[in-house]
Amino acid sequence: MSDVGTTTAIKGGTVIDQNGSRRADVMVSDDGTIVAVGEGLDGDRTLDATDCVVSPGFVDLHVHLRQPGKEEAETIETGARGAALGGFTSVIAMPNTTPAMDCASVVREVIDLAADTICDVRPSAAITVGRDGETLAPMAELVKLGVRIFTDDGTGIQDDRLMRTALEYAGSLSHLSGGQPIVLAQHCEVNSLSEGTYMHEGEWSSRLGIPGQPSEAEELMVMRDIALARLTGTRVHFQHMSTAGSVAMIRAAKAAGLPITAEAATHHFCLTDACCADYDPIYKVHPPLRTDADVEAVKEGLADGTIDAIATDHAPHTPQDKERTFADAPPGMLGLETAFALANTHLDIPIETLLAAMSWRPAAIAGLQADHGGPIAVGSAANLAIIDPNTTWTVSGDAMASRSNNTPYEGMALRGRTRHTILRGEAIVIDGEAQR
Amino acid sequence: MADLDCGDIEQLLNLTESFAEVSERPIPKVPALRGKTIAWLFYEDSTRTRLSFETAAKRLSADTMNFSVSSSSVKKGESLRDTVQTISAMGVDGIVVRHSGAGAPQRIAEWTDASIVNAGDGWHQHPTQSLLDLYTATRHLGSLDGRRIAIVGDIKHSRVARSNAIGFAKMGAEVTFVAPQTLLPANIEGWPAKVTHDLDEVIEDIDICYLLRMQLERQNQAVVPTLREFHEEYGLTTARADRLRRDALIMHPGPMNRGVEISGEVADRPNAVITEQVTNGIAVRMAVLYLLLGSGLDLVDERTQVA
Repeated sequence: MSDVGTTTAIKGGTVIDQNGSRRADVMVSDDGTIVAVGEGLDGDRTLDATDCVVSPGFVDLHVHLRQPGKEEAETIETGARGAALGGFTSVIAMPNTTPAMDCASVVREVIDLAADTICDVRPSAAITVGRDGETLAPMAELVKLGVRIFTDDGTGIQDDRLMRTALEYAGSLSHLSGGQPIVLAQHCEVNSLSEGTYMHEGEWSSRLGIPGQPSEAEELMVMRDIALARLTGTRVHFQHMSTAGSVAMIRAAKAAGLPITAEAATHHFCLTDACCADYDPIYKVHPPLRTDADVEAVKEGLADGTIDAIATDHAPHTPQDKERTFADAPPGMLGLETAFALANTHLDIPIETLLAAMSWRPAAIAGLQADHGGPIAVGSAANLAIIDPNTTWTVSGDAMASRSNNTPYEGMALRGRTRHTILRGEAIVIDGEAQR
Repeated sequence: MADLDCGDIEQLLNLTESFAEVSERPIPKVPALRGKTIAWLFYEDSTRTRLSFETAAKRLSADTMNFSVSSSSVKKGESLRDTVQTISAMGVDGIVVRHSGAGAPQRIAEWTDASIVNAGDGWHQHPTQSLLDLYTATRHLGSLDGRRIAIVGDIKHSRVARSNAIGFAKMGAEVTFVAPQTLLPANIEGWPAKVTHDLDEVIEDIDICYLLRMQLERQNQAVVPTLREFHEEYGLTTARADRLRRDALIMHPGPMNRGVEISGEVADRPNAVITEQVTNGIAVRMAVLYLLLGSGLDLVDERTQVA
């Protein structure tokens, strides 16, 4: 076996990927590939996977790693460690850093900082310079650096004409990306309906006296961007869909054959606006937590595939930033280390559907299918998550790898946890412990 | 207000009665809170509420200190928690908080052992205003059970409306909000209040016409086309005031915009008890401070806020 490098045999698990489910051992090599799949494999090292599922590594389309600019809350290194512990082998870093990832120098810095992390961190880039919604960022140059997803996340492109232009321009860049589609990912929010608001507008915001934004602030932009996807033919990815109306529109648009995809953040199918009752800004997030009916719609969207991907919208904030009033505290919550467990606990869907939404479907959206998201077969990249779907554990923000601890799930018992993570053939998480 | 039951409110109003008596003495001062220190933590400008609390504290012989913080200092970086713990470290017994952010007093109560009094938080609650309104109304009308109150105007942005809907309903009154949809909260399902868009529909049947301050800058947000139109449709005009029952009260939490929510002439009518509300505010705040800081009475737990 020396010609394939040092091998690790993952023994006793059930392999699940886009080709189905079967009992098999998987052998990976530290040259980065899967070298054998079958019964009774033995490698130089052994990882026990009894009672576990061996899945292609998870891919998170939406994380905030805060670097450059807010390293006190998170760094690319600590964020990547949290990601690996959560079973992710690749994450897409959002561009709302300081400065924003809107030019080659900042994107290159992120790529450099991610060179040796234990999760494959890929930068997205801003659609507009400074995420100000006015001038297009140098998209061609950024595509040449490897960027495949553009977004002004944190805010949506308000101007209709600019969004149309961005879609048309992005749609003509695939010759620079080896044929990979360039995706414009939109944070859908009409600012004129949401300015000065801090939660979902409804029964709870009315009672609490917290200014709220209606679901329609999101839905109007979803509606517009579906129309612009039709007009331009360029792919639009809808980020953190949070309302029943959005899910319904996306379902209809997909049925009409439009080139759109969508993600849902874990908190939008686990938590509701009622969580804000005690004014604890740990529950302040953007888009805001919605109602029970919205949670149900998001769950249905994930069950029937309307929503392609589960994202975390991992958004670390320091304790002092959250020790403010609900209005003054910044929005966002941690997500990487709880995502699989939350989905496994809260979603009543087959595990194959869940893994699709956490691995191979987001991998395809991000153009990462050559390296991530399976299938688990000889010759494929050895990026794997070995998860125990039946173990129960208790969430602790302080125990997480993140520099921050703003998890709303503190003390909650969840079912399912990542046991081992394999990145390019290397066991970088073993029995829940990061190896470097 | 949601945490108080009818008995708590009655107890507080009875206590207010005795403090109102103190206020009428030649030397309106009692030693009830001698040795206690109260800090004012006002993140939002407030002249009347601040003066009212300060007068109440002085009549109870409490020491007071001002930690008036402009909201900009929050943005300069000190977290609310640090500010509160700084004040606590000075050994205060009570903190009276006014903040533009809803829920600020609840958050603050998590970080200090001092008693917290909510002097108004964002659009959320203004409990001492509601208590003084209940006291004033009771003095004129006796029991509020079955009485009808219309709360008119900018309900959406009003902590006074939220507190009074709860407070008056708890005392048995029937509460009706009167406003255009642009000035109503998005969803008031389950609130103890009815809604109408037509003031004329209810004007003859009510015992209290409670007018809210219309914040003039709201006009720029286009929630009403013009203040003139607002006055015509939702203001207590002379013509509408003439249609009120003879014993009906006209109330306003102040400061008034004469000619907007209330006509100038109506504000000075004998059944307008607006200045009396201000006077009663001192006695109510004396009662609240005394209950929280000075007595062993179990109105609310020492560590919980009046909210």
